[in-house]
Amino acid sequence: MSDVAPILEMKHISKHYGGIAALSDVDFVAFPGEIHAVLGENGAGKSTLIKIAAGVTDPSAGELYVAGKRVNFRNPTEAMAAGVVCVFQELSLLPDMTVADNLSIVAPPLRGGLIDSRAQRERARELLAMIGCEDIHPLELVRNLPLSRRQMVEIAKALAKRPKLLILDEATSALTAADVERVYAIIRRLRSEGAGILYVSHRMHEIEALADCATVFRNGRRIETFRKGERSVSAIVQMMIGRELIHHYPEKPTPDSGARVALSVKNLSWGQQLRDISFDVRKGEIVGLGGLDGQGQRSLLFALFGVLKGISGTVEVLGKPLRLSGPRSAMRAALPMALIPEDRKTEGLLLSMNIRDNISLASLSRFQKGLRFDRGREHFAVERMIESLSIKISDLAAAVSTLSGGNQQKVVLAKWLMTDPGIILLNDPTRGIDVGTKQEVYRLLRDLADSGVAVLFYSTDYAELIGCCDRVLVMYGGSIARELSGTDLNERTMIETALNVDDKGQAA
Amino acid sequence: MSDLRHRLYHNGGLLAAIGLFGLMFTIYVANHPVGLTAAVAATAANKAVLLALVAMAQTLPVLTRGLDLSVGMVFILANCMASAIVVGTIGEGLLGIAAVLGAGALAGFLNGAIVVWGRLQPIITTLATGAIYYGIALYIRPGPGGDVQSDIADLATGQLFGVVPTALIILLGVVVLVWLPYRNSVLGRAAYAVGSNEQAAYMSGVPVHRAKLLAYTLAGFLAAFGGLMLTFNTYSGEASAPIAGNYTLNSIAAVVIGGTSLFGGWGSAIGSIFGAFVLRTIEDLLFVFNLDPLWQPLFQGVVLLAAVSLGALRVLRIRNRLELFV
Amino acid sequence: MNDPKLQVSTIPVVRFSLDRSVATAFGCIILMLLGGALYSREFLSPEYLLQQLQISAFLGIIASGAMMVILIGHIDLSIPWTVTLGAMMATAVAGWYGDAGAVFAIPAGVLCGALVGLLNGLGVAYLRLPSMIFTLGMNAVVQGLMVLHTGGFAPQDHATDAMHFLAVGRPIFGFPNALFIWILIGAFTTFLLTRTVFGRRVYAVGNRETAAYLSGINTNAVIIWCFILSGAAAAFAGVLLAGYSTKAYQAMGDPYLLPAIAAVVLGGTNILGGRGNYLGTIAGVILITLLQSILAVMQMPEAGRQIIYGVVILAMLLSYGRSEIDRK
Repeated sequence: MSDVAPILEMKHISKHYGGIAALSDVDFVAFPGEIHAVLGENGAGKSTLIKIAAGVTDPSAGELYVAGKRVNFRNPTEAMAAGVVCVFQELSLLPDMTVADNLSIVAPPLRGGLIDSRAQRERARELLAMIGCEDIHPLELVRNLPLSRRQMVEIAKALAKRPKLLILDEATSALTAADVERVYAIIRRLRSEGAGILYVSHRMHEIEALADCATVFRNGRRIETFRKGERSVSAIVQMMIGRELIHHYPEKPTPDSGARVALSVKNLSWGQQLRDISFDVRKGEIVGLGGLDGQGQRSLLFALFGVLKGISGTVEVLGKPLRLSGPRSAMRAALPMALIPEDRKTEGLLLSMNIRDNISLASLSRFQKGLRFDRGREHFAVERMIESLSIKISDLAAAVSTLSGGNQQKVVLAKWLMTDPGIILLNDPTRGIDVGTKQEVYRLLRDLADSGVAVLFYSTDYAELIGCCDRVLVMYGGSIARELSGTDLNERTMIETALNVDDKGQAA
Repeated sequence: MSDLRHRLYHNGGLLAAIGLFGLMFTIYVANHPVGLTAAVAATAANKAVLLALVAMAQTLPVLTRGLDLSVGMVFILANCMASAIVVGTIGEGLLGIAAVLGAGALAGFLNGAIVVWGRLQPIITTLATGAIYYGIALYIRPGPGGDVQSDIADLATGQLFGVVPTALIILLGVVVLVWLPYRNSVLGRAAYAVGSNEQAAYMSGVPVHRAKLLAYTLAGFLAAFGGLMLTFNTYSGEASAPIAGNYTLNSIAAVVIGGTSLFGGWGSAIGSIFGAFVLRTIEDLLFVFNLDPLWQPLFQGVVLLAAVSLGALRVLRIRNRLELFV
Repeated sequence: MNDPKLQVSTIPVVRFSLDRSVATAFGCIILMLLGGALYSREFLSPEYLLQQLQISAFLGIIASGAMMVILIGHIDLSIPWTVTLGAMMATAVAGWYGDAGAVFAIPAGVLCGALVGLLNGLGVAYLRLPSMIFTLGMNAVVQGLMVLHTGGFAPQDHATDAMHFLAVGRPIFGFPNALFIWILIGAFTTFLLTRTVFGRRVYAVGNRETAAYLSGINTNAVIIWCFILSGAAAAFAGVLLAGYSTKAYQAMGDPYLLPAIAAVVLGGTNILGGRGNYLGTIAGVILITLLQSILAVMQMPEAGRQIIYGVVILAMLLSYGRSEIDRK
C-alpha cells in the first residue's frame, strides 16, 4: 500500500488537558481503501485522536495532513469540507428536528435559494434505503426514535457527506445484529470505492471481521500498527494491557465474611440503562465496578445516591430500606452515604469558591450555633481534614480552581470524609490525577475500609480495580456480567469479560 | 397517509392554537351585539395584528433558545419614529417606512451582536438595550403626538373590497414574504438546530453565529413592523413604557400558547400569530360578556402566568434529577 | 473530556474582577462627586450628601433583595409591582382597621411582598420555569390585583404617620431614618451572607446548583427563601416610598426595576450568580443614585437617562462579565 498516498497522516501529535497528556508524540497513518481499526483501553487516547482528526479539538503540538495537504482545522465544518467525517459516540443529531432535516442539515438541496423539502425528503429516503432502514420515516422526529435507530441515522448522515475518510467511534454499540451486518456492508462498499475508514470499537470480533489493519494505543502513545492476521487476539489484549506495573497497592486483608452487610441492592432497574442489578457490600469491604466506559456504572452510583427518578427494585442500608429520593436522604441513611462524583468541575466542586467553603459544604449544619455559623470550629475542622489528607495549599481562602487536579480531588474527598460516611460511592476518582495522589487515594480507601466503611468504587483503570478491590462487579449493557474475585481478579479476565469475549481469547 | 400523520404531529401546537382561536372567536361573534360585520372584523383584526407581529418577532430568538425582552421597546420606538418620519407625500411616507423598518432591524442586529460576540445572556442584554431603545423613543416623542401619512394609514387599516381587513392581508404578506422563506432557508433551519442542541449543531457544522444574528435581526424588523402598524391605527406616537412592557409580556405568552417551546428548537411563528389572536380574543370576550373592566388586568395576568407555566410539563419527563439544574 | 474550543476558563480574571468592579464603582462615585463639585459647590456639602443617601436608601433596600435572587443565578422581574403592592396594602390596611390598622400597616405590606416572593420561589424551584419569565408573569398578576384593589374597593392611599416618619423623619442629629433602615437591612444582609449557613448555601447554589444538590443542600428551599427576601424587601421599600410621597399610587415601583438590577450588577455581583458582596451593592446603589441626581441637576430628560443606564450596564457587563458566560 506504500505506493498510495495516505488519506490521513499525523506527525508528532500531542494533546494536553491541563497538565495531563492525552496523546504524546503520536505518528499515525491511514490509507484510502483500507479499514483501519483503532484499539486501546479507556483513556488510551483514541477519542482524542479522533477529535483532532475531525476538527473538534486542536492538537497541542504536531502536524496533521489530509490527502497529502497540511491542514489546521478550526472547527468540524472545515474538517467536513476536507472530506473527514466523523460519527461520534455521543450523537450529534438534533432531537427536535426530522430525520430528513438532520440528514441534510449542512448542505440541503436548494430550489430558488430555499430548502427544497421534497427533494430533501427524497434524498433522505434514498440514504435510509442505502443503509437498509426503510422503516424510518423521513418526517419522523429524531427524539422519537430509539437509540439504535438514531445510530443508523447518524451513520446515514455521515454517508450523505460523501466522506473521503469516515471515522466511526463506537458507532455500532447500540445496534441490532442485522443492522451491524448492514453497516459492515456499507463500510466495505465505501472501502471498495476508495474511502479510508477509521474504526474504533471495543468488540474484538467486529475488528476481526472488518479490519485490514489495526493500531493499538496505550497511555496516549501508539504502541503498534499491524496488518490483519499478524497478531492473535490474546497478543492484542496483551498490547492493550502493557507491562507497566507502576503502582503499589495497599495489602488486602483476608475477607471477613462475618461482617455486616452495609449496602444491599436487589433487582435494581432504571429504564434501559440499568437492568436487574443485585449485589451486597459488607462493612470493611472495597467492591469495584468494572467494565467498559458507559455500561451503566455511573447511573448505578447516581441511582444509589437518589439522583435518578423512576427506579425499581430495593436498596437496603444495614437492613433498613433506603428511600431513593435524593442526596439528603442518602446522607441520613442508617450508615451515611457519600458520593464522590466523576466530574469534579461540575458536580464535585464550586470552582470559584475557596477551599474552606468547599470542604465544609456537605457538613454545614454541624457548625451552626444558634443563628450564627461557628467559623472558628469550621476552620479547625477544615484544617484537620487538610492535614490528614495532606492537601497542599497556600491559603484556605484561595479559590479551589487554583489547585492541581490531584489536590482538587482531595478537596472533594475531604468534603465527604468530613460527613463521617459509612458507605462511600466513588465514580472514577483517579481520572486525570497524578501518580502520587493516586497512591494516596488507594491507601486512604483501604484505611477507611479497615475502619469499617463500605466502599463501592467505579474506575476505568482496570489495574487499579485489581489492585484495590476485594471483589469487582464487571458491568456490560446495564447489568452485572460477572463478579470477579480471588484468582479470577486479573487483568486478562477483566478485559475479556468487559469486551465480552470468552477466556480462550476467541471472539464470542 | 403516513406523511399526513407526521405533518399533523409536527403542527399539533399550531392546530391547537387555531382550534382554540376558532372556538373563542365563534363565541365572541355569536355574543357580539352587532354580529360579524366588516367593521367589527376590521377593528378586531387591526388590534390583533399588532400583537401578532410582535409575537412573531419574539418567536425567532425563542427558537434559538434565547429571549428578546426588547421587542416591546422596539415596537414603541418604531411607533415614535413612524409618527415623526412617515409623513408628507406617499413617496416620502414609503421612504419613512423603509427607514423605520431598517432601524428596527438594526436594533435587532445590535441585540444579536451583543449576544453572539459579547457573549452576554440574551435576557440581560435585551433588558439593557430595551432601556436604550425606549430612551430613543422618548427622545423622539417626549409627549404623545405626531402624525402619520394618512393615505397609507387608511389603506393599511381599512378593508379590501369593503370586506377583508387590510391588516390581515398585510400579516399574510409578512408570513409569505418573510416567515416562510426564513423557515425554509439554511439559516432559518440553523436557528432551529441551535435551539434544539447547540453543541450538536456546532458538531454538525451548522453556522451557529450567523443563525443567531439573523434571528435577532429579523425579530427587530418584525417588532418595528408592528410599531408601524400601531402608528397607522393611532395616527400618533407615544413612548409608553407600560405599553411596551405589556407587548413584551404578551408576546412571550402568545409564543407559548402558539406551541413554541421556551427551551428552543420547536415551534413556529404562525403558531405565535394564533397565540396572539387567542389573547386578543380573550380581551374581546371579557368585553362582550361584560366582565367588570376592573377584573380584566387580573384575568389577563392569570392567563399569562398559566400559559407560561405550561413549560413546567417538561419536569414530569425528567428521570435524572441533575437535568433539572441545566 | 473538556473541549477547549467550547469552554473558556478564566478563573483568575474572575477573582480579579470582583475586587476591580467594587473599586471601580467607588472610584466612579468619587469622580462624579468631584465632577459635580466643579459644576456646583453644593455637590460636596453634607446636606446634599445626606439627602442623596436618604434617596438611595429606597433603592438600596430593593437592591438588597434583588441581590439575594441574583446571587443564586436568578432574576426577579416582579419587583415593580411588588413595590406598589407593599405600598398599597400598607395604606389600605391602615384605612380598613383604623388605629389598630396603623400598627399592622407596615408588617401587612411586607407580608404581602413576601407572599409574592414565595409564589415566585415555588414556580422557579418546583416548576423549574425560567425565573425571568415566571416573575414577569407574576408581575402582571400583581398588577391586575392592584388595579382591582384600587378600583373595586377605593382603599385609603394615605401613608400612616409611622410610614411618613420612617421615610422622611430625621430625629437624631438630622440623620435620616430611611438611611438608618438601609443600614440595618444592609447589616442584616451582610450577616446573612457571611455569617450564616444559609449565606454559604446561597453562594453554593449560585455557583453550581448541581454540585450544591449533590452535597446534600436543599437547593429548592434556598431558592424559595431568596425570592421571599426579595419580595419582602421590595414591598418594604414600597411602604417607605409611600411614606416619602405621602401616598401609594399605581405603577409607583416601575422606575425601580432596572436601577435595582443595575446597582447589583455594577457592584460586581455576577449576573449568573455565585459571586458578589454587599459592599459592591452599596457602591452600585450610590453610583446609580448619584448618576440620577447629576442627570437631574443637568436637566437631562428621562430619555437621556434611560439611554445612559442601558449603555452603562452593557459597557460594564461587556468589560468584565463576558468571559464567565460559558461556565455552564
